[in-house]
Amino acid sequence: MSKKKNPYILADADKCFPNLDGKGDWRLEAYRKRGGYEGLKEILQTEPAAIIDKLKASSHRGRGGAGFPTGLKWSFMPKPDGIKPNYLVVNSDESEPGTCKDRDILLNDPHTLVEGIIIGCHTLGAKASYVYVRGEYVDEADQLERAIEEAHNFGYLGEDVLGTGKTFNIYVHRGAGAYICGEETALLESLEGKKGQPRLKPPFPAGYGLYGCPTTINNVETVAQVPPILKKGVEWWTQFGRPNNHGTKIFSVSGMVNKPGNYEAPMSIPLKVLIDEYAGGVVGGWDNLLAVIPGGSSTPILSAEQCQDMLMDFDALRGAGTGLGTAAVIVMNKDTDVLKVMTRISKFYKHESCGQCTPCREGVGWVWRMMERLSNGEGTIDELDQLENVTRRIEGHTICAFADGAMWPVQGTLKHFRPLFEQRIKARNKTKVRKGA
Amino acid sequence: MSRSAAVNVKIDHDDKVYAWSDAAKAKIEAQIKKYPPERKASAVIPLLKLAQDEFDGWLPVGLMNLVADTLEMPKIRVYEVATFYDMFYTEPVGKHVVRVCTNVSCMIRGAEKVIEAVQKEVGLDKPGTSADGLITVESFECLGACCEAPMMMVGEHYHVNLTPERAVGIVKNIKAGKAPVEPSK
Repeated sequence: MSKKKNPYILADADKCFPNLDGKGDWRLEAYRKRGGYEGLKEILQTEPAAIIDKLKASSHRGRGGAGFPTGLKWSFMPKPDGIKPNYLVVNSDESEPGTCKDRDILLNDPHTLVEGIIIGCHTLGAKASYVYVRGEYVDEADQLERAIEEAHNFGYLGEDVLGTGKTFNIYVHRGAGAYICGEETALLESLEGKKGQPRLKPPFPAGYGLYGCPTTINNVETVAQVPPILKKGVEWWTQFGRPNNHGTKIFSVSGMVNKPGNYEAPMSIPLKVLIDEYAGGVVGGWDNLLAVIPGGSSTPILSAEQCQDMLMDFDALRGAGTGLGTAAVIVMNKDTDVLKVMTRISKFYKHESCGQCTPCREGVGWVWRMMERLSNGEGTIDELDQLENVTRRIEGHTICAFADGAMWPVQGTLKHFRPLFEQRIKARNKTKVRKGA
Repeated sequence: MSRSAAVNVKIDHDDKVYAWSDAAKAKIEAQIKKYPPERKASAVIPLLKLAQDEFDGWLPVGLMNLVADTLEMPKIRVYEVATFYDMFYTEPVGKHVVRVCTNVSCMIRGAEKVIEAVQKEVGLDKPGTSADGLITVESFECLGACCEAPMMMVGEHYHVNLTPERAVGIVKNIKAGKAPVEPSK
């Protein structure tokens, strides 16, 4: 590796977030020196349809978890009808356990988002954008507000932006602690001043979103990647990653690695390279790896064996029965009690269920209680089948994908670590028999 | 009282009437201005947060009613919001709230030891409020600083890459009446 350039290590010039690590200055002047806001006026004079075509050609997919094609999503927005305003809403509720990329974007490179929103508003025919930042991110939301103020002072926001006659405003809306508000329609409800309970779809937000107006909701990273794609071009973007999975992506690598952190890397990077080259390797070495959650707590776990040659992109992970999700890579080594960790994840979902649909409100609690017992070896081996059965009855039977996301990790644990459950159940039953005798 | 049945949580019943300070009124105006004029209810989260900060760190019914009146919202809608989100308290809490993240990434890197040490320092054996009402310790869901685990939130700020000792140092500072940060070496 020393002589040949490692194709998986991005040059600063190829990063959408060159200051993600916070080593440079976050302010507007510094962002401009890194090429920020350059060519913005020209983009604002480009037809929205041309921008959408470019995004479609880039095959950029949403970075918030679902991986929906950005250009396609944007093409669903109707032209402003002069009665109802169009809105761009940015999702920075970032609460999926393991995920912390938006936090570093907001703190260290907030103008990437501001510029993305300006272009997004132009393309979507919106004058106003709301950024929903999770309530706990106080310093992060403050930082974004400072960046917005700077952008106003430099004429990038407000009325007649850069003499184009266009008006754009960004408002920071702070949440108050609820995972479900990361679900796009729950987020809209919350933004309207209600409990964050997801809406039934259809109608989809592009037709009936915030305040009943056409609305597009995108993740922070998604919006912030639009300016580099438009400026550097589709060819630059598609040189990274496999077809349908192109571009760069921030991976939040946490858990038992030597250098946890948010790293922007090319899509389709092998997991092993990501962990070894970026995150300093597994604590205790690669052979000490036990399992990896590849895309935040909702995505089913990968066994160490699967990690050997896994590529980190939407389609490869989907093919392995899991998902890229938010690309929050949680690494467990052999010192980790994986059943305890997965039980904690079940408890999280039980806490966060919004309570609207019965299978989720009641069922997620059942599953957590079963996980709590079975991970301690309490119960019988038959109950493992029962647990699997319960998850299948919850998944797909609710308004939103929350319950699915709560069940997948349990299913993944049963798939890969059933022998560990059985071992604990047998060991405990043996002790019981001995005690009884 | 009927309203307690509606809220379905332990709530305060005093008939104290609350009023905003002038400083708070200015902040409220700035919040409401973010939304279309007929959509004032959008400001309910910021206003509940402001109410909590302005008064005693939690939301008695009288205070929720003040928010409802200010935003011209039905009171029940405000109670719903106040009881839905984790950052609002409908019971008294300590002067300082320490939220220790105990979710997956933090757990893997030793959050249990951090929260145990913090609890011990404030004289608790599980999450709760210290006897003197100074500090509330919470086992909190993922705070989104997973690459800097384990971590906790004290007041409005994050403290990351913690050890039990460093977490205890912050609590000791609070107990000594100093700023809720790590003691300087």
